[in-house]
Amino acid sequence: MKLARIFLTVAFSTLIALPAISQTTQINGAGATFPYPIYSKWFSEYGKIHPEVEVNYQSIGSGGGIRQLTAQTVFFGASDGPMNDEQLKGAPGPILHFPTVLGAVVPVYNIPGVDAKLKFNGKVLADVILGKITKWNDAALVALNPGVKLPATDIAVAHRSDGSGTTYIFVDYLSKVSPEFKEKVGVNTSVNWPVGVGGKGNEGVAGLVKQTPGAIGYVELIYALQNKIAFGSVQNADGEFITASLDSVTAAATSASKSMPADFRVSITNAPGKSAYPISSFTWMLFYENPTDKQRAKIMVDFTKWALTDGQKYCAELGYAPLPKEVVALEMEALKKIKL
Amino acid sequence: MNRTRRRKALSGFVVFLCAGSVVLALIPLFFIFGYVISKGFSSLNWDFFTKMPKPVGETGGGMANAMVGTAYLIAIAGGFAVPVGVIAGVYLSEYGKKSFGSLVRFTADVLNGVPSIVIGIFAYGLAVLPVKHFSALAGGLALGFMMVPIITRTTEELLNLVPGSLREGALALGATRARAAFSVMVPAALPGIMTGILVALARIAGETAPLLFTAFNNRYLTTSLLQPISSLPVQIYTYAISPYDDWHRQAWAGALVLVGFVFTFSVLARVVTRRLERMHRT
Amino acid sequence: MKTPSSRRRNTDDRAFRLGTGFFALLVVLLVAGIFIELYRTSHLSLAKFGFRFWTGRTWDPVSGEFGALPFIWGTLYSSMLAMLISTPIALGIAIFLSELSPRRLRTPLAFLTELLAAVPSIVYGLWGVFVLVPIVRKLQVVTPDWLKKVPLFSGPPLGVGMLSAALILAVMVIPFTSSVAREVLKAVPATQREAAYALGATRWEAIQAALRFGRTGIIGAVILGFGRAVGETMAVTMVIGNNPQISASLYAPQYSMSAVIANEFTEAADNLYLSALIEIGLVLFVITVIVNAISRLLIWSVTREVKAKAPKPATTMALAAPTGGGE
Repeated sequence: MKLARIFLTVAFSTLIALPAISQTTQINGAGATFPYPIYSKWFSEYGKIHPEVEVNYQSIGSGGGIRQLTAQTVFFGASDGPMNDEQLKGAPGPILHFPTVLGAVVPVYNIPGVDAKLKFNGKVLADVILGKITKWNDAALVALNPGVKLPATDIAVAHRSDGSGTTYIFVDYLSKVSPEFKEKVGVNTSVNWPVGVGGKGNEGVAGLVKQTPGAIGYVELIYALQNKIAFGSVQNADGEFITASLDSVTAAATSASKSMPADFRVSITNAPGKSAYPISSFTWMLFYENPTDKQRAKIMVDFTKWALTDGQKYCAELGYAPLPKEVVALEMEALKKIKL
Repeated sequence: MNRTRRRKALSGFVVFLCAGSVVLALIPLFFIFGYVISKGFSSLNWDFFTKMPKPVGETGGGMANAMVGTAYLIAIAGGFAVPVGVIAGVYLSEYGKKSFGSLVRFTADVLNGVPSIVIGIFAYGLAVLPVKHFSALAGGLALGFMMVPIITRTTEELLNLVPGSLREGALALGATRARAAFSVMVPAALPGIMTGILVALARIAGETAPLLFTAFNNRYLTTSLLQPISSLPVQIYTYAISPYDDWHRQAWAGALVLVGFVFTFSVLARVVTRRLERMHRT
Repeated sequence: MKTPSSRRRNTDDRAFRLGTGFFALLVVLLVAGIFIELYRTSHLSLAKFGFRFWTGRTWDPVSGEFGALPFIWGTLYSSMLAMLISTPIALGIAIFLSELSPRRLRTPLAFLTELLAAVPSIVYGLWGVFVLVPIVRKLQVVTPDWLKKVPLFSGPPLGVGMLSAALILAVMVIPFTSSVAREVLKAVPATQREAAYALGATRWEAIQAALRFGRTGIIGAVILGFGRAVGETMAVTMVIGNNPQISASLYAPQYSMSAVIANEFTEAADNLYLSALIEIGLVLFVITVIVNAISRLLIWSVTREVKAKAPKPATTMALAAPTGGGE
C-alpha cells in the first residue's frame, strides 16, 4: 500500500512537472483544409529555423477555424471564406485577415473508362450540384465534351460535410454564374446541399471521389494532384476553358490586386481575363488585432512575415500560386496594425 | 410418430441455427482482426513508435505523439475516476441496501449507457469553454466520467463477494468501519477491483468521439495538462478519412496497436475473473 | 454502554458513511449535471424552435433554420435495422452458449463473442470504410434494375449509406445483446427446463420454456442493444454518408444524431448553431437514459429472483462493462 502511494506521488508530480521542463512555445491554430498542405510545410520549415516554436495547426475546416478563433480556444484561425460582417461583429475583438497564398478549387471526378479531361462551365456545374443533371451522358455535358464517350452512369455528388472555405469559394463561383443556385443554395461555408454525400475536409471529399465510381466533387488543386484524381477545366468569364494552374490562378488575382480593399476581404471567383481560372481564391490567416498573448502574437507576426516572403518559394511544388508582390507589400504594412 | 419426428427435426434445425449464428458473428470478428493484423503489421516499424507525423503529403513519420497522448489521457482519467469509483463502490457495498443505494446504482447504470459524444459535450462545457482552450485535462475528464460507473459497479459487486465474516472479524477486533473497509475488505477484493479498472481503461483507450472537442489534437508530443493533446483514436480517425495512402497505412498500424492493447487487457481481465470464480466456488 | 472509545468509533463510522456517501453522491450529481448543462447550453435553440425542432426537415446553418428530423430518422432507422439484423443472431448465440454448447467450447466461444465488444469503435469505422463500404458498393452495383426501382433500394451506388451503417451497427450490438441475454438465461432456474424435459420436450421446446420465463429480461437485453446502437458515433459517421435527408432507401446516404454532432461541433460558427447541436445531444441523452432505464428494469425483474445465488464476477463484468454507451 505504501509502495503504491509513493509510486503514485512520483508519477503524478512528474506529470505536473513535465510541462515546465520543455522550453518550446506551442501555438494552437485551426481552420481551413484548403491550405493545409502548404501550411503544414511552412510550420515544419519554420520550425527548423526556430526550433523553440511549435505551431499546432488542426485542419478542421474554415468554419471551425472561425468558430474556434471567435471562442478564443485557438490563437489564430485560417479560412478561405472571409469572415462576413456578422461574424466579425460576433467576435470579442477586431480580427484582421491576411492572405497567405492563392489556390484553386477544381471539379474532380471519377468516371470509369473516361480518362479525358472534361470541360465544364458554371451553369452545368451548378445544375449538377443542384441535382438537375443526374447522369454523366446528359445532353449538356455531352455538348461541352464532343468526342468523349460519356457513359450513362449516375452522377454521385460529393460535397463537404463540415464548414468549409473550399465550399465557400465553390458556391461563391456557382452563385455568380447561376442565379438559381444563388437562390436555392446561397453562399456560406456550410450550405444546405440539395443532393450528395458529405465528406470531412478536402481530404474526405477527395477520398470519396477516389473511391466512388461516377462521383464528382470539388477540392483544392493540390488534393487532386497529390491523389492523382482527374479534374476538369472550367469556362471562365471570357469564354475560355481554363485548367487550374499556377499561371491561371495568378492571372485571376491580377485585377483584384490592383484594387485590394484595406481589409483584404475580396473574392476573385469568375475574374475577368482571358487566362484567368474562374474558381480561384485567396486564403487568409486570421489574427486578433489586439491579442492578449503578446509573446505568441510576436511569434506569429514573425512567422507571417517569413511566410509572405521566404515561405512563398514552397508554393509552386504544392500547387499554390504565390501572392502578387503588391499584395505582399500591403500586408507587411497591415501587420503593423497588430498591437504587440 | 410423425409429430414427434417433426418436433425433433425442428429442434435439430434450431440447434443448427443457433450454432450458425455463433459462426456468423465470428465471421466479422476474424475479418476485422485479420485486416487489422495484416494491414497494420507491415506498417509497424521503429519510426511508427518514435516519430511525429510528417507534413501533409510526405511519407513516413509516426504516431509517437498519439500513443503518448493516449497513455497520458488514461492516466488523467484513471487518476480521478479510480478513487471516486472505488470509494463509491465501497459505499454501495457497505450501506447500499437502502433506496439511496438503489438510486446510485441506477444512475451509474444510466451513466454507463450515455453516448460518449454526449459526455464530450458535457466536458466541453465544463472544461474547455470557461478557460477557452482545448486541453488534455478536458479530454481526461471526459474519459474519466465514462470510467466512474464501471469501476463503481465492479467494486461494489466484488466487495459483496468477499465473505462478510472478514468484515465482522475486523469489527470484532475493534476496527472502525472505515478501517474494516479499506484495510481488510478492499485488499481482499483487490484483484477483482484491479480487473474492473483494467477493463474500464481498455474501454476508454479506444474512445474517439469525446476527445474530438476536448483534447482536440496535436501534431507534437506534449505532456502539458492545459494544451491540446494527440491521441491514438483521434489520429487514426484523421488519417482514415484522408485521401493519402501512406496515412491509411499508418491508420491501420495505429488500429493494430489499439486493438492489441485492448485485447491484452481483455485477456488479462478474463484470466483474473476465472481465477476469482474458482476461488469463490470453493 | 457508551464508552469514550465507542463514542469515537461512532463518529468515525458516521464520518466514514458520510465520506463514502459523498463519493456515491458524485455519481448521481454527474448524471444530473450532464442533464442540466445540456439543457442550459441548448436554451437558445430550445427557445427559438420549440417543438418545431423535432419536426423540421431543414438543417440550414446559412439561414439559421435547424430542424432535427433527418437526424432522428437516421438514428432510429439505422438502429432499428441494426436490431432487426442483430437480434436473431445475438439470441442464437445466447441460446447456444447457455444451453447447447459443449462445456469445453463454452468459454472460448464466449470469450470470442466478447472480443467483438472490445473492438474500439474507431477500428470498426476503419474497417467499415475500407472493407465494408466497397463490398456494399459492389452489392449495390449488381442489384438488378427491377429491384432498384423499389424505394428501399433506390439510389446511386455510393457504398456509404444506411445499409453500411446498419450492418456495422448490427455487428457492434451483437455482443451486448447476446451477453446480457445469456445472463438472463443463466438466471432462469433449472427447474423450468427440467420440468419441460420431464414432460418429454425436445431441446428446442425446453429452450422455449426458458425463453418464456425470461422473456422480459430478453426484451430488456434487446432494448439495451438498441440503446447502444442509438449512441454509436464514430463507426456510423464514417459510413453513413453524412447527408441530412430522410429516405427509406437503404442505399441513400443519410445522417444520424451523433454523427452530426461529431462532424459539426467544432465549427458551429454561431451560438444558435452550437445550441442546436447541443439540443440534439440533449435528446440523445434523454433517449438513452429512458432506454437504459426500461431495459434495466426488465432485466432486473428476471435476475432478482435469483439474488439468493451470489452474482458471479462474470455477471458483473458482463452487466457493467460491455453495456457501455459506446460512441
